[in-house]
Amino acid sequence: MKKVAIIGAGPAGIEAASVLARQGVQVTLFEKSESPLKNIQDKAFLFPNFQAAQEVADDLSGKLLTDGITTILGVDITDLKWQGTEWKLIDSKEQTYVADAVLVATGYQVFDAHRKEELGYGIYKGVITSLDMEQMIKHGKILNANGDEPKRVTFLQCVGSRDEKSGNNYCSKICCVTAVKQAIEVRKQIPACEASVFYMDLRMWGQGFEEMYRTAQEKYGVSFVRGRISEAAATFDSRIQLKSEDTLMGLPLKMTTDLLVLMVGMEASCGTKALGKACDISGDYGFIRTVSPHLYDNDTGKPGLFAAGSCKRPMSVWDTVNDARAAALAIKEYVDSLPQ
Amino acid sequence: MNKFGFAIKTPRSENMDKVSLERYHMLLDREPSFKRCFQCGCCSATCSARQFTDFSIRRVHTSFRRGEYEGLDEQLKQCMLCGKCTLVCPRGVNLRSLIINMRQILDETKQ
Repeated sequence: MKKVAIIGAGPAGIEAASVLARQGVQVTLFEKSESPLKNIQDKAFLFPNFQAAQEVADDLSGKLLTDGITTILGVDITDLKWQGTEWKLIDSKEQTYVADAVLVATGYQVFDAHRKEELGYGIYKGVITSLDMEQMIKHGKILNANGDEPKRVTFLQCVGSRDEKSGNNYCSKICCVTAVKQAIEVRKQIPACEASVFYMDLRMWGQGFEEMYRTAQEKYGVSFVRGRISEAAATFDSRIQLKSEDTLMGLPLKMTTDLLVLMVGMEASCGTKALGKACDISGDYGFIRTVSPHLYDNDTGKPGLFAAGSCKRPMSVWDTVNDARAAALAIKEYVDSLPQ
Repeated sequence: MNKFGFAIKTPRSENMDKVSLERYHMLLDREPSFKRCFQCGCCSATCSARQFTDFSIRRVHTSFRRGEYEGLDEQLKQCMLCGKCTLVCPRGVNLRSLIINMRQILDETKQ
C-alpha cells in the first residue's frame, strides 16, 4: 500500500488526509503543535455566514478519525529529501520517516503588528490586533484598555499587507471582510458603541461579502472612511488618538477611539518558509511556489511533492478546503501511477 | 498683522471628537437609503450642474456625513433637482429626496 505524508494538521492537511484515506491510501499526518487546527480555533465566527469556528473545527477533527489516518502531534518536520523513489522526512530531533508522496500544508501565520511601531501595538493597551478582537468577540468581552465597555472601536485595514515598508506588497485577501464581520459583531454585542473602518479599498471578493458590507452600513450603522491611519498615540485616559486623511473629502482627520484594531495580514508560516527553502520550492514572500496557478496548482514541480492551502498564498477556510481536495486527487493519481 | 501678510489660520482638518453628527442622523432618519452609499461618485459624474460648475453632490453629501455643514446650503442651491443622480445610483439611494432633505434640515437648524 502506498504511503502519503502530510505536513500540517490544519483544514488543508486534515481535509486532504480524510479524502485520501477514504480512497484507500495510507496517510500519516504530522503536526508540530500538540493539537490540530490551532488557527481556526482562535476564531469566533467565520464569514460570511457567521458559522461558529468551533463547529467547523469539530467537523474537521471528526475527519481525523477516518480509518487509515495516523496523526502524529508534536513533531516538527524540518527537512525533506528525495531518495530516487521516495521522500525521506526529517524532524527537528533528526528522526526520519519515509513516504511515497508528501503534501506540504504548513499554512500561514499572522503578521507581527509590533513591526508597525507607529501604530503602537505592544506600546498602548488600546491598540489590539484582529486576532485579539476575535478572542474578545468569542468570549463576549469587548473591553477597552481600562476594562470598560468601549464607546468607539476603530478598525484599520492592510496592516502588514499592501505595504512595502513591511516587505509585503501583496493583499492578504481575508482582512477586508473580517473587519466588516468584526464591526458587525461589535455593534451586535454593544449597540451603543460606534464602529468605524479605515480602508484603502474594500475588496469584497466572495459570495455574500458585498451583502455583508451593505448590511454593516444599513443595519449596523458601521461607518467607513477611506484613508490609511498613519500614526496612533495614547491619550492621558488610555484612549487612542489617531491621524489619517479622509481621502474622499481631501482633508486630514483626527479621532480618538477606545480600541484601535489592526487587521493583520497573512504571512507564510515559519514551517512554510523552512520547508520551501529546504526543498527549493519557495516562491514570493516565502509562500510555496507551484507549477502554475491556473493548472497544476498543487504540484511543486518535484516528483511526489505537493502543496495545499495557505502555505501557497492567503486563503479563506473554504478556499483551503477546496484546494486540499484538489491536492488529494492529484496525489491519488500520482501514487496510482507508481509501480506496485 | 494682515499688513505683513500674516494671519491666524483655523485648522482645516476633520475632528471626529468635536463634530456634531446630529443633523446627519436626522438625515438618515428621513432618507434611510443614504446609509447604503459607498462613495462611488456616479451621482456627481452624471450631474448636469457638475459639468458647468464646481458643485459636487458626492462631496456635499460626504461633508454632511462628516458633520461639515458650512456652506452646504449655498452649494445645494446649484442643484436643479433633475434626478439623474437617483437614476444612476447603484446602491439605490434616493438622491433627489436626499438633496431636498439636506436643504430642509440645514434650513430648520440654521443658527
